[in-house]
Amino acid sequence: MAEPSSTAVVGTVLGTTEEPETLRGYYRQMMTIRVFEQRAAEMYTKAKIGGYCHLNLGEEATVVGLMAALRATDYLFTSYREHGYALARGAEPVRIMAELFGRTGGLSGGRGGSMHLFDPQLRLLGGYGIVGGQIPPATGAALALAHRNGPGPDREAVMCLLGDGATNIGAFHECLNLAAVWHLPIVYVIVNNQLGMGTTVEAAAGEPELFRRGCSYRIPGQRVDGNDVLAVRKAARAALDRARGEHQPMLLEAVSYRLRGHSVVDPARYRSDEDNQRARALDPLPAFRAQLIDTGVLDAPAAAGIDAEVEQAIAEAVDAADRSPAPAPETLFDHVYATAVANTYQGLPGDPVVSP
Amino acid sequence: MTVISYRQALHDTLRAEMLRDEDVLLIGEEIGLFEGSYKITAGLLAEFGPRRVRDTPICEEGFVGAAIGAAMLGLRPVVEIMTINFSLLAIDQIVNHAAKMHSMFGGQVRVPLVIRTPGGGGQQLAATHSQNLEVWYAHVPGLKVLAPATPADAKGMLTAAIRDDDPVILLENLALYNTNGEVPDGDHTLDIGTASVLKPGRDLTVVAYSRATVVALDVARRLDEEGISVEVVDLRSLRPLDRDTVCASVRKTSRAVVLEDDWLSYGIGAEIAATIGEGAFDYLDAPVRRVAAAEVPLPYAKPLELAALPDAAALTRVIRDTLDATRFAG
Repeated sequence: MAEPSSTAVVGTVLGTTEEPETLRGYYRQMMTIRVFEQRAAEMYTKAKIGGYCHLNLGEEATVVGLMAALRATDYLFTSYREHGYALARGAEPVRIMAELFGRTGGLSGGRGGSMHLFDPQLRLLGGYGIVGGQIPPATGAALALAHRNGPGPDREAVMCLLGDGATNIGAFHECLNLAAVWHLPIVYVIVNNQLGMGTTVEAAAGEPELFRRGCSYRIPGQRVDGNDVLAVRKAARAALDRARGEHQPMLLEAVSYRLRGHSVVDPARYRSDEDNQRARALDPLPAFRAQLIDTGVLDAPAAAGIDAEVEQAIAEAVDAADRSPAPAPETLFDHVYATAVANTYQGLPGDPVVSP
Repeated sequence: MTVISYRQALHDTLRAEMLRDEDVLLIGEEIGLFEGSYKITAGLLAEFGPRRVRDTPICEEGFVGAAIGAAMLGLRPVVEIMTINFSLLAIDQIVNHAAKMHSMFGGQVRVPLVIRTPGGGGQQLAATHSQNLEVWYAHVPGLKVLAPATPADAKGMLTAAIRDDDPVILLENLALYNTNGEVPDGDHTLDIGTASVLKPGRDLTVVAYSRATVVALDVARRLDEEGISVEVVDLRSLRPLDRDTVCASVRKTSRAVVLEDDWLSYGIGAEIAATIGEGAFDYLDAPVRRVAAAEVPLPYAKPLELAALPDAAALTRVIRDTLDATRFAG
């Protein structure tokens, strides 16, 4: 049995052994998320996007580091702040933007919207709009893996992302307990952006060092600098290897800072000027770019070149998404059920309930 | 055909489906070593082992949600929730997740999940352990809700539920577990969404489901002896609801009474009455009446419990009132 241990890791220095092409790739991915989210915010203000729209701005290093650690055969469950994860997992930007636009070309056919991206090929098994709603199904996906196979280095694992706020719900604790007693191959990752809507972690959590919250279940925890893409990747890889190799769950906490409000419409007036300055100082994108330039992985013109290519690609994705057709009203009842059965009522408002 | 109990029918069906399909597994509290609070799963841990019969800690939201996730990856979990009262602890996973996923994710994932759970009062279990909350689930598109009344239907509906690719809630009832009836041998599956006319009649239709159906049949047989011919429609499926069978019956009998164990206001009977009002209005000789539970948190004391629950006497009285109101002469 694993000893209850919780260790804090502060971060890593940019490794010299890393392939420059890999690092440039991470920069491109982080930039892609940044630009995609900025364009999403813009499209929201133009009323192209409805409902809620939560952005990964400020979390790009966490997103890219986590997705780099995940194998194609692993399963991913996310919260509703998930555009970046879908992008870094390999979804076409146009398909995400089309989902935000509510079009048939969207990842969920326009039926889910911003909070509910799904792609079975990428084993992205959903963004979830209810805070922590993904935690029990993710735990069950790990149960299915354990049901079918024993542990091993080539086995599949589940990564379940959740925000700092979700560590206060009952299901989080119920599922950590289940994962512990059932020995499930799952890594719970707390993406701690330090605010649940407008409530700070300190105000919300009895144990604000969230990675320690697995102690009651003897699930080891680790905190990592969420603004350090390589540190995040390293910690996530180790946790996933342990999950797949030993069928032991792990709790990882990546700390970053949300650059904007809770959602696009939130002006974040609860944050002081000091907070905002700190957020800008911690912004992982300029920091990573500077690191790459300092170490000669990238020079300024090359960085500008990537930025321009990303801008162009996202602009094209926005245009292409806008050309995707909206779902026809005739398809309203599609997919309510997977197995058709007798007497399923498919009336529209005002229609008779009984055929004459 | 073999005469067995409702409990035995459920047990045998679980066992048969586990033998038939390796992906069927059972998840729930005390279903293994303890063999189930109501012994539906007796012997299955010994036969199939802890991998297929998985005891859980007390955490309805966690294990129902975990069953959803296992179903998303292609397993076919059958969850036992000890009583429907405890399903409220899991309602977010049932209503906000299981019911939504296939549709909300654009038809790209299926949730072949069965939740078996008994409802019903009358056992002196007091207010928190005696409820009939099936209408909460029957209200939700994306779920299928079944409520078999007989051992044969318990077998046929549980079989259908396990083979169905959607989340299905199978309502059982504490008072039904020891009832006996003929059950078809071998494979027996029913069409989800179909009601059943359990007893044909001319003069009045009683619509019921689950335990209430057994009461209705008993009353109908006794009234037969007085020359009153009551037709009993057993809904069996609360979602989808077989409105055509209900309306066809009332068009024939011109009178209808609903017997239901849930509370009256906004209950299953309200939906049935509205359906009849729309689908058989011109045929009705009297208003549709409902015989439902008194609207109180069910007390423990036996006389109060008996006073609150719908029974044969109340149904008989309302049937007679309905007939008298239309000058029924037999």
